[in-house]
Amino acid sequence: MSSKQDRNRAGAIISIARLRKVYAPGFEALKGVDLDIKRGEIFALLGPNGAGKTTLINIICGIVNASSGKVTVDGFDHATDYRPVRAMIGLVPQELATDLFETVWATTTFSRGLFGKPPNPAHIEKVLRELSLWDKKDAKIRTLSGGMKRRVLIAKALSHEPKILFLDEPTAGVDVELRKDMWQIVRGLRDSGVTIILTTHYIEEAEEMADRIGVITKGELIVVEEKAELMRKMGKKQLILQLASKLDAVPPALAAHNLQLSADGLSLTFTFDTQAERTGITSLLTDLRTEGITFRDLSTKENSLEDIFVDLVRHAA
Amino acid sequence: MNWHAVNAIYGFEMSRWGRTLLTSVLSPVLSTSLYFIVFGAAIGSRIAEVDGVTYGAFIVPGLLMLLLLTESISNASFGIYLPRFTGTIFETLSAPLSPIEIMLGFVGAAATKSIILGIIVLITSSLFVPMHVAHPAMMVTFLVLTSVTFSLFGFIIGIWADGFEKLQIIPLLIITPLTFLGGTFYSISMLPPLFQKISLINPVVYLISGFRWSFYDIADVSVWISLALTLALLAGCSALVWWIFKTGYRIKA
Ligand SMILES: Nc1ncnc2c1ncn2[C@@H]1O[C@H](COP(=O)(O)OP(=O)(O)O)[C@@H](O)[C@H]1O
Ligand SMILES: [Mg+2]
Repeated sequence: MSSKQDRNRAGAIISIARLRKVYAPGFEALKGVDLDIKRGEIFALLGPNGAGKTTLINIICGIVNASSGKVTVDGFDHATDYRPVRAMIGLVPQELATDLFETVWATTTFSRGLFGKPPNPAHIEKVLRELSLWDKKDAKIRTLSGGMKRRVLIAKALSHEPKILFLDEPTAGVDVELRKDMWQIVRGLRDSGVTIILTTHYIEEAEEMADRIGVITKGELIVVEEKAELMRKMGKKQLILQLASKLDAVPPALAAHNLQLSADGLSLTFTFDTQAERTGITSLLTDLRTEGITFRDLSTKENSLEDIFVDLVRHAA
Repeated sequence: MNWHAVNAIYGFEMSRWGRTLLTSVLSPVLSTSLYFIVFGAAIGSRIAEVDGVTYGAFIVPGLLMLLLLTESISNASFGIYLPRFTGTIFETLSAPLSPIEIMLGFVGAAATKSIILGIIVLITSSLFVPMHVAHPAMMVTFLVLTSVTFSLFGFIIGIWADGFEKLQIIPLLIITPLTFLGGTFYSISMLPPLFQKISLINPVVYLISGFRWSFYDIADVSVWISLALTLALLAGCSALVWWIFKTGYRIKA
């Protein structure tokens, strides 16, 4: 290990500091992003279209020039020590840009060479088989469907055995089968020690896959959190009471609890904040008894990441 | 040096050429042959020798130069413009490559194609006219230097262009006229004195003159001036390509 790597902050494989990008017409796409990616994690960068996700990834990968700021990858500065940095990164871009007239085999082999690795047909075969591309290896890319082209892009990114894999909107326009395959491959890669950063505007995707989630909007990273922690912190819970007998309206004595009565008058929903010191459940139950309202059953529901996300973005706006 | 990458780019570019080999080779050979028939055989029969060389043989170096310039520029400009157009350039930019390596791959392939075509057309020419090469080493030097220099120039055009028509503009509006006016079909000394002077600002005059000297030992300007100019153009284009990669001009946002 070089001294450079020793100095590396423990655990962080990528350190991004005060990263800014101003595109030519003066549009600020990244407004000073600070972010550490931990070694071996799956990190989801979640944000609406135009938030700056692709810009951030493209700067790290050397496709877009940063306006200012610093990116360190495994201890190497991404601008001055670009060779070791880029050699360890695989990128699956958002756009389906492929060499239409090449075969799957040729284009994947080409990628490996481009990243400075000696030929290794066995590895290429393994990657193509994992992605169910083996029987298409001699097909021209032009003849493949969109989903298949996406697989080819993943194969190209994996052809040079990267330590870090970027997946920019990997499931945009992708069928269910490929999605499943892809997540299986991603988990497999993570298990073998690869760090994975994916961007998405589908919350379920982040929820399903990520260890940590960063929410970005309008060029600013507004939260970075362990997925479970994010859900716990930001989560609201709902207490749903199935009533023993129908109610026509919420009794005025219960108004302070902000209850919602279902259309059929048979259930009451109480929303509470899990972070709050007092959830208000005890006083609700006391008041219910006082009013003589009895219930047959009760259940709780947690807020989805989706609700959290909408909340966050609304706050940032 | 990332030789695997240079090799990958070079191989990719050569195989792209290989897929259209028939048209890539046939069309320049055909057009050069047509020049021989029209200028060499038809008109040449009425023109006496130029500086002791038959007219058909006299135009060979100029025609070769025309071929080298246009093919180098079009191959190299298309080679780098295509990935920019389709978006596949992202991969080259994200790879652990220095500007020199990218240049070696793309420009090396374009220059190789020009050299191969030059040799094919040279052989074709020898079927039409009696030829000899007085200074083989200098002939090869000019062949290689011109191919490399104008491949670099084409590479720059391919990065500068933001549409297919711009790829054509410089070869069509500048290179072809300069080549025709640069003494492909005549010796500068045949022109009135004023036009002789004007011709000397055309760099192609020096390229053709030096190249013709390597064949027949006749030249409009000193061969050393020709060589120096070729090297200066090479240095200029290299510096420009270096600057392009350093700043990301037109290839990085
Ligand atoms: N090459 C460019 N020139 C100018 N503006 C750009 C360019 N690329 C992206 N942008 C702008 O920067 C913002 C962020 O874009 P992007 O990083 O692609 O967002 P995301 O990937 O999160 O959808 C958008 O408003 C987009 O229009
Ligand atoms: Mg994007």
